[in-house]
Amino acid sequence: MTRVAFAALLSHWGRNPVQLFTLLAGLALATGLWSGVQAINAEARASYDAAASTLDEGRYDRLVARDGAAFGQDVFVTLRRAGWLVSPMLSGDLDGVRLIGIDALTAPAGMGPVTLGGDVNLAAFLTGGNQVFANALTASRLDGVDVLISPDLADHTAVADIGMAQRLLDRAGRIDSLLVLPDQPRDLPPLAQIAPDLTLQPAQGGTDIAGLTDSFHLNLTAFGLLSFAVGIFIVHGAIGLAFEQRRGMVRTLRALGLPLRRLIGLMLAELLVFALVAGVIGVALGYVIAALLLPDVAATLRGLYGADVSGTLQLRPSWWASGLGIAFAGTLLAGGSALWGIARMPLLAAAQPRALAMAAGRRARWQMGAALVLLAVAFVLAFNADGLVTGFALLGTLLIGAALALPPVLNAVLAFASGRARGVTAQWFWADTRQQLPGLSLALMALMLAIAANIGVSTMVSSFRLTFTGFLDQRLASELYVSTDSAEQTAALIAFAESRGVVVLPIQSADVQIAGQPAEVFGTRDHATYRDNWRFLQSTPDAWDATFAGQAVVINEQLARRGALGLGDMVTIGSLTLPVAGIYGDYGNPIGQVVLAEDPFAAQFPNVEARQFGLRVPGEVAAVVTDLTAATGIGAGQTIDQAGIKAVSLAIFERTFTVTTALNILTLAVAGFAILMSLLTLAAMRVPQLAPAWAMGMTRSALGRLELLRAVMLAVLTAALALPLGLALAWVLLAVVNVAAFGWQLPMYLFPLDYARLGGFALLAAVLAAGWPAWRLARTPPGDLLKVFANER
Amino acid sequence: MTLLTVENLTKTFATADGPFPVLRGVSLTLAAGESLALTGESGSGKSTLLHLIGGLDRADAGRIVLDGQDIASLDDAGRAALRRGTVGVVFQQFNLIPSLKIADNIAFQARLAGRHDAAWCATLADRMGLTDHLRKYPEQLSGGQQQRVAIARTLAPRPKLVLADEPTGNLDETTAATVMDLMLGLVAETGAGLLMVTHSQALAGRLQRRLHLRAGQVA
Repeated sequence: MTRVAFAALLSHWGRNPVQLFTLLAGLALATGLWSGVQAINAEARASYDAAASTLDEGRYDRLVARDGAAFGQDVFVTLRRAGWLVSPMLSGDLDGVRLIGIDALTAPAGMGPVTLGGDVNLAAFLTGGNQVFANALTASRLDGVDVLISPDLADHTAVADIGMAQRLLDRAGRIDSLLVLPDQPRDLPPLAQIAPDLTLQPAQGGTDIAGLTDSFHLNLTAFGLLSFAVGIFIVHGAIGLAFEQRRGMVRTLRALGLPLRRLIGLMLAELLVFALVAGVIGVALGYVIAALLLPDVAATLRGLYGADVSGTLQLRPSWWASGLGIAFAGTLLAGGSALWGIARMPLLAAAQPRALAMAAGRRARWQMGAALVLLAVAFVLAFNADGLVTGFALLGTLLIGAALALPPVLNAVLAFASGRARGVTAQWFWADTRQQLPGLSLALMALMLAIAANIGVSTMVSSFRLTFTGFLDQRLASELYVSTDSAEQTAALIAFAESRGVVVLPIQSADVQIAGQPAEVFGTRDHATYRDNWRFLQSTPDAWDATFAGQAVVINEQLARRGALGLGDMVTIGSLTLPVAGIYGDYGNPIGQVVLAEDPFAAQFPNVEARQFGLRVPGEVAAVVTDLTAATGIGAGQTIDQAGIKAVSLAIFERTFTVTTALNILTLAVAGFAILMSLLTLAAMRVPQLAPAWAMGMTRSALGRLELLRAVMLAVLTAALALPLGLALAWVLLAVVNVAAFGWQLPMYLFPLDYARLGGFALLAAVLAAGWPAWRLARTPPGDLLKVFANER
Repeated sequence: MTLLTVENLTKTFATADGPFPVLRGVSLTLAAGESLALTGESGSGKSTLLHLIGGLDRADAGRIVLDGQDIASLDDAGRAALRRGTVGVVFQQFNLIPSLKIADNIAFQARLAGRHDAAWCATLADRMGLTDHLRKYPEQLSGGQQQRVAIARTLAPRPKLVLADEPTGNLDETTAATVMDLMLGLVAETGAGLLMVTHSQALAGRLQRRLHLRAGQVA
């Protein structure tokens, strides 16, 4: 009995291959987008773990040269003799690989490859026996050295004894930094006494790679979920339609003696088989998506956060499981209500050709109610969300509420148009469109979500771009940046600048704790550069005057938010306590900043000597660089052209959102696919509805044109409703989620041309999706139309 | 030998205007191999009585004993088993499975009941004039042909009782007469009892007995 009944159920799909394709493709696409994003996330996280197991650099305080340059190994020896527990490090590029030199004897416990594998020759490592440790991929890039494979090491990273590293990098006797071990002896001589050129760079938990990149992954996960939701709308629609069309078969099977429980069990098994098939296809699809996007993700993370992520993808069991799990969960989510409906359907329920429309009519009331409740919750959250969880709850309630509200709103618009229609064809068109709405509503909801996501994300990215470009103009106002190696070079630079009428702006900072937060204090010279270019988010009228008079400070937004500081609040720096006179936007910087006037800074931090300078060059920069090099001995490598910095910064930024843009396009494509599949599925059901119109004198081509017009009109209405939703989504991303994830708020700009272009794409997707079903309809043989009447005998 | 005994059967439906008693104490008997026509006006309770006897619905009160088994005591699974093996129902709307070919539709209920007999199915197809259509789908057949498929499907598991609800209601007169000839002949050959709902006095006259319902009671 079971086999026969199961075969009968499956036979439906053989006769309705488009439905089967819709179901499998929708589920596979949803799973693919989800698992693709998960794969990227998993791969990136695995890379962080490898990096973390290689060297926990970020966990320890460091001693670095004030000018950021390398320094002599003798400083290490001096500090060790004075009792400081420090360990030297050196890093540099070797054949495109980051070679890190460590001293295994003094390094913190558990650091480096000396504890990673059983095959490591510790003696050889310590004696610098030409051994370098790297994973297999990195090893293949290293020539001329004896590489020992350590699988747990991060890609593009190799580790060696510091002596070996100095030789390989041709930097004999030099080190980059000294790691400061956590438990130092008491009564150490002060650093300023033993190594005055070094400064302590504290470990900063808030700036470690995993923490910084979490926000990026959160964005990716949100997009994955949104894409999955769009896919689930497709699956839900396909399952709903398929079950609707099989109501007659279900009733017959039960009438012929198939028990209800067995029937439900078989239909559930059928769905799970589909979930398995689509899940496997989806995970494979996700692998392809991830493999295509991963190089950009790797570049983005490397550029933004300095995190080294493998550019190649590995098949990880965790995301196979995750992909299949989400496919099963999505199928049960989408099919649950359909199965429930079958379970509750009376055996003797009359066949209802318009059951779908009637059911939709019954659902409309509670659907609108649920939409209003969700939108009300979103409204409340909009004014109260203060973290990532509430931010995403706001996104969820807003998007789901709006999606649920779409069919009733469209129905109201169509009813309004229907009431004003003149002429019988127009009246029939509007009435028929209303009848079509239930069958198309899920696809239209998917389209609306996809368009809204596109508008929201593109608004966020474009706002970021505008703000960031303006920010670069503001913060990189000086035409030339110069670093000096010594006090003599600094003096020479200042003398040269004075002779050429070039203004010199020192860039000097010290690390402090303010309001319990790690922060950098900058000692800043009074100059129009700051007054003219820096834009405050909030400020007192005389913010710069008060700051440069040493009576106030200005702080960045990150410090203001994390330290809960506002205008007028007092900030303590050493022995100074000054009020906050201004808060400025500081995009992309994870650390709090305080700007203090030059003189009080010098008084608080007498040991800090400016070694970096911004130069306001009135004429051509290249000529000044040439003259500067000739006059002072400052190398060209110590100067940076502002244009170069901006180009690098913008390039990093542009790659940041490559992945989200790609996912945007994919999501829109999936929504277009949803419309196509819905129209194809509905096409067979349309013949009985269109046959009377044909019989009464409308031509098949006119019917086809009207079908196309209907799809386009619904897409236009949906796109129009998606616009305010997308803008609301952008506001949530910029003002709530971005603040929670990154610590700063972005101003929101509008881009009407972009939205018009997106509307055009949505229209194109609708035309392409509706074109084929309309063409098929226009070519429906008269015999098929006549059958409608013949079967009514 | 009595195949079916119905005693004091009552059934009330809830409607927008309040409870509506469809059957009010109906009783009847049917012997094995006997045929009985149920007639009556629309709303008299004919189809409801048929559905109750076929285990498609539950009575509010009264007894239905079919082949020695009290249907009221059966749960859903028991009534499903009754529909698979003991009873065969011919519907007015044919109720074929659109995605199965004609041959599979004919054999379907017999397979469900675990009593598939290929030779008997072939005989039924032949007698119903369906041999040339076995590889087609239901939508490719006329209404009369589809009803012949439904009758063949009903008879394939050799049920003890055939219930027919206006089996020719959707067919023209000539086709209806042909279908009735075939059905009555084959039911008689299998020795099954037949209970048929019909509006047609002519068709009712071709059965051995007739029972007229009026307002939910035997008139």
